[in-house]
Amino acid sequence: MPNSPDRRTFLDVLLGLSLGGLAAAAGYPVFRFLLSTRPETDVSTSVVAARSGEMAPGTARLFRFGTQPAILIHDASGEYRAMSAVCTHLQCTVQLRNDLGCLWCACHGGKYDLFGRNIAGPPPKPLERFEVRLSGDDIIVTRGGSRA
Amino acid sequence: MPSRPERWLRDRYDLDTIGRVTVRKPVPLHRHSIWYLTGGLTLFLFVIQIVTGLALSFFYRPTEDGAHESILFITTEADFGWLVRSIHVWGANLLLGSVFFHMAAVFFLRAYRRPRELTWLTGAALLLVMMGFGFSGSLLPWDTFAFFATRVGTEVMRAAPVLGAFALRLLRGGEEITGATLTRFYALHVILLPLAGVLLVVIHLVLVQMHGMSTPGNRTARGTAPFFPHFFLRDMVVWVIAFGALVTLALLKPEGLGEKANALSPAPAGIRPEWYFLFLFQMLRLMPGHLGGIPGEMIVVGVTTVLGAAWLLWPFIDRAEDRRPRYVTALGIIALVAFLFLTVMAHVTTRV
Repeated sequence: MPNSPDRRTFLDVLLGLSLGGLAAAAGYPVFRFLLSTRPETDVSTSVVAARSGEMAPGTARLFRFGTQPAILIHDASGEYRAMSAVCTHLQCTVQLRNDLGCLWCACHGGKYDLFGRNIAGPPPKPLERFEVRLSGDDIIVTRGGSRA
Repeated sequence: MPSRPERWLRDRYDLDTIGRVTVRKPVPLHRHSIWYLTGGLTLFLFVIQIVTGLALSFFYRPTEDGAHESILFITTEADFGWLVRSIHVWGANLLLGSVFFHMAAVFFLRAYRRPRELTWLTGAALLLVMMGFGFSGSLLPWDTFAFFATRVGTEVMRAAPVLGAFALRLLRGGEEITGATLTRFYALHVILLPLAGVLLVVIHLVLVQMHGMSTPGNRTARGTAPFFPHFFLRDMVVWVIAFGALVTLALLKPEGLGEKANALSPAPAGIRPEWYFLFLFQMLRLMPGHLGGIPGEMIVVGVTTVLGAAWLLWPFIDRAEDRRPRYVTALGIIALVAFLFLTVMAHVTTRV
């Protein structure tokens, strides 16, 4: 029979599959193109964050570590500590607040102690800690520390 | 006697039918007729945004090196650039406010009922498009506030299961907020969203014309008035007042510009999103890191998605035959109070 429902259904499905395949073939390159990014080449494991004598006790400075901001703290006792400056809540950059005695994130009010431990607000995890060592006048920060 | 151009048009087109469904459309008159004006006001403000946005695009450069500098040029050197930019920013705020008013009026008057479900859906989609305009536009000045607001706004997506990380990468053009993000937001702001916005506005208006104006359930109209000129003149009065308010706000509180975006600077104190995102921002601030083992932001995203979906599909949820069920009004008031409470709380607690 020229118009049997089975034949019609078969042709409809075939047409649908062809159109779907065409859409997928045309859409895939566009999809991949939109997702392509420039490679992030900076995968440093160590960086000179400051030179000794540059930072007074009780101050902090932000520095770039790989592609992310990190913070070097020179605490009142003279010890240096370094950790990621990226808040573990929603990735804002934290700052030292001497008036609060902690690291503070302005975005949602998260607080960390000077060891990077989350102590108040929404941050779910501590900041990632880095190792600090002195080499001559250079204060060198190395990846490899654990979460505080 | 019709004029020559009119005769020329009448020879070719059925002007009477077009006139009947557009300019001579009857508008019902009753105690709540004033709320009909919120739709026209929204359309007027949308046109203002298109005109000022087009003007700004003549100068704006969507690159990491050029964005902040071009906004600085617009604001400080170009003739009346500060005014055009301020009108664009204030216009966006008034537009969102007008959309909220319009939507609240439609909700409380239950104008979304059969057969107007699709009109509500296109209106709800338009609100999302307008919020998308606000979000994408806020990055374009490329200052510190813009940078961190976008960082948080996009990072929230990571909390959405399955598609979250993908959407974040697609929107940012990588893992971080960079020049690639700026270009993408610009493309969204000046190409994709305007196309979607204009298309939705056209469909929305066609649907309104097809169904005519809704009359509130418990009111009977005192009669009708033709849209043109009676109602159109009222629309124009509102537009003139709105334009006056817009220019006044732009003059008294022109839009500023922060320091150029720098990933190595801390998030500035007092940072917060535009007012229409404050409820979400405040929920994120109040939520602890984890609640019952689930990340706080995932709960916020989940709750917002469920409530948003319920709101979008509301005409299909509220099937009550009752002309004015109390629970609809009560739900609307609860939602409104919660929204206002969170917004005011965020505003007060982040004041520097």
